[in-house]
Amino acid sequence: MTLDTIWVYAEVVDGEVTSTTLELLTKARDLADTVACVVAGDEGDDVAEVLGSYGAETVYETGDLDGALVGVPVAAAIAAACDAGDGPDAVLAATTYDGRDVAARLSVKLDRTVITNCVDVEVDGDTLVGTEPIFGGATDIKTKLTGDGPHLVLLRPKSFAAEPSGGDEADVEELEVPDLGNSGGATVSDRFVEESDGPKLDEADLVVSGGRGLGEADKFALVADLAKSLSGAAGASRAIVDAGWVPYSQQVGQTGKVVKPNVYIACGISGATQHLVGMKGSKNIIAINKDPEAPIFGVADLGIVGDVHKVMPALLEALASR
Amino acid sequence: MKVVVCVKQIPDPADPGALDPETRTLKRDVKLILDESDSYGVEMGLQLVDNAGGGEVTLVSMAPNNEQSGLRTALAMGAESATLISDTELIGSDALTTAKVLAAAIKDQEPDLVIAGSESSDGYTGTVPEMIAAVLDLPSVTAAKSIEVNGDAIQVQRQTDAGYDVVDCSLPAVISVTAGVVEPRYPSFKGIMAAKSKPLDEKSSADLGFAPDAVGWAGSGQEIVGVEEAPQREAGEVIEDDGEAHLKIVEFLENLKVI
Repeated sequence: MTLDTIWVYAEVVDGEVTSTTLELLTKARDLADTVACVVAGDEGDDVAEVLGSYGAETVYETGDLDGALVGVPVAAAIAAACDAGDGPDAVLAATTYDGRDVAARLSVKLDRTVITNCVDVEVDGDTLVGTEPIFGGATDIKTKLTGDGPHLVLLRPKSFAAEPSGGDEADVEELEVPDLGNSGGATVSDRFVEESDGPKLDEADLVVSGGRGLGEADKFALVADLAKSLSGAAGASRAIVDAGWVPYSQQVGQTGKVVKPNVYIACGISGATQHLVGMKGSKNIIAINKDPEAPIFGVADLGIVGDVHKVMPALLEALASR
Repeated sequence: MKVVVCVKQIPDPADPGALDPETRTLKRDVKLILDESDSYGVEMGLQLVDNAGGGEVTLVSMAPNNEQSGLRTALAMGAESATLISDTELIGSDALTTAKVLAAAIKDQEPDLVIAGSESSDGYTGTVPEMIAAVLDLPSVTAAKSIEVNGDAIQVQRQTDAGYDVVDCSLPAVISVTAGVVEPRYPSFKGIMAAKSKPLDEKSSADLGFAPDAVGWAGSGQEIVGVEEAPQREAGEVIEDDGEAHLKIVEFLENLKVI
């Protein structure tokens, strides 16, 4: 049972298609006979080969957006295609900053609900059913979109393994962006990239995360140092992001990023449900926490009941002397 | 400067609650509190009004059970007044319906700026602020780290995976702010006392012109068709640090050939 056509909102960062986009394309191939991508900007030709090799038959590019934030123009272009009868049966996007903007705008434009934070999606008749983890992943709920399409689904990164289809380079077509009127008033005038020499948090094979148990903001350096010495990325619990110790982009959890590294080391993190849903898909979990009752030990393969301020420096030293 | 801040009252996240097996909604018969994610938006709004040298912050919220305590918390922080849209018809509303209802309540106030949290701590769809903007046909910037007002426009630092973007945006606009970017003030005793007598306007969805079948479960474009226990991970070895526990970690990493 498949739908006819699915469009995937494809994200391109610094000329590279994001790994999450390829995950969504892989899933979309199972759900529909024809898969296409929508790309913001005029770089369609540069990414047509990669997107084609993961199953996209067509890449719809919006053309140069003149710095506009992508949510409004991309949603307007997709909605215009739907209104003209050229739209898909469903649109998939990822739970990312831009993916959410696109899906939310599109939801209003098309007057269709969007189901969010899904970790799986399946076809049911002519509609889609999404699976969403709640209560820290203890329970999955399945939500069916009722009513007519296009059906809108936001999927969490790392929900599927990306697998190439061996498809040919996709055709590139322009998807016209209609006049945006008053909504089009937000444009990016500058970009700041915070220097980081390690791997990206959601792509790293090893993640070291810190939480409230570190005691104070300065102690996050222990987490950063350990991540660096193991060639991993540094993450954080919501508690210390809320406290302003580290930026939101490093937050692992239900709100924040989902990570599934080979090794996850949780330092001073109690393991609130909010955090567990973002990391318990990791292959191997090590936890250091002074509270033996901390829920994080319930998911850890190796749990150390101890003081992070003692265990982490000793571990750093042991690693440095190797 | 007139700022409307959208706030949500949620069950205490420390006590995450349960699904009502009958209605398959999150049980909200407990006392609700102000979502901590929204306290950043309230603080941001108060700071902008202070910096502008005049104006006010008003609150808009939607709840199925007339709950006011979370709104009183935000009023105690310094907001002037609140609108609560509350009736049982709203139970089961999806994000789109929520955005339509909130937008209808915001529209009459003609604010310069609408602020919301990037995502709630309970439902966390992360879509409602952008949807409100779309309903009101306003520009929006999500995931804001800071907002600076320059006349009839604002400059916003928007969180990205790699750093942040500087976004120029015309007013009026809808901005969602990420957690941790400002330090929410604690309500003072004076603030808490004053909040008790601040205007809190209660409206029903019908007052805002919504038919019963346009909101709640009836107006929702989704249906929960299954609730399943997810497979759980098994706990492994837990040891007490005797001063040598770091060596167990080294051994564990060696066995995985990570080092």
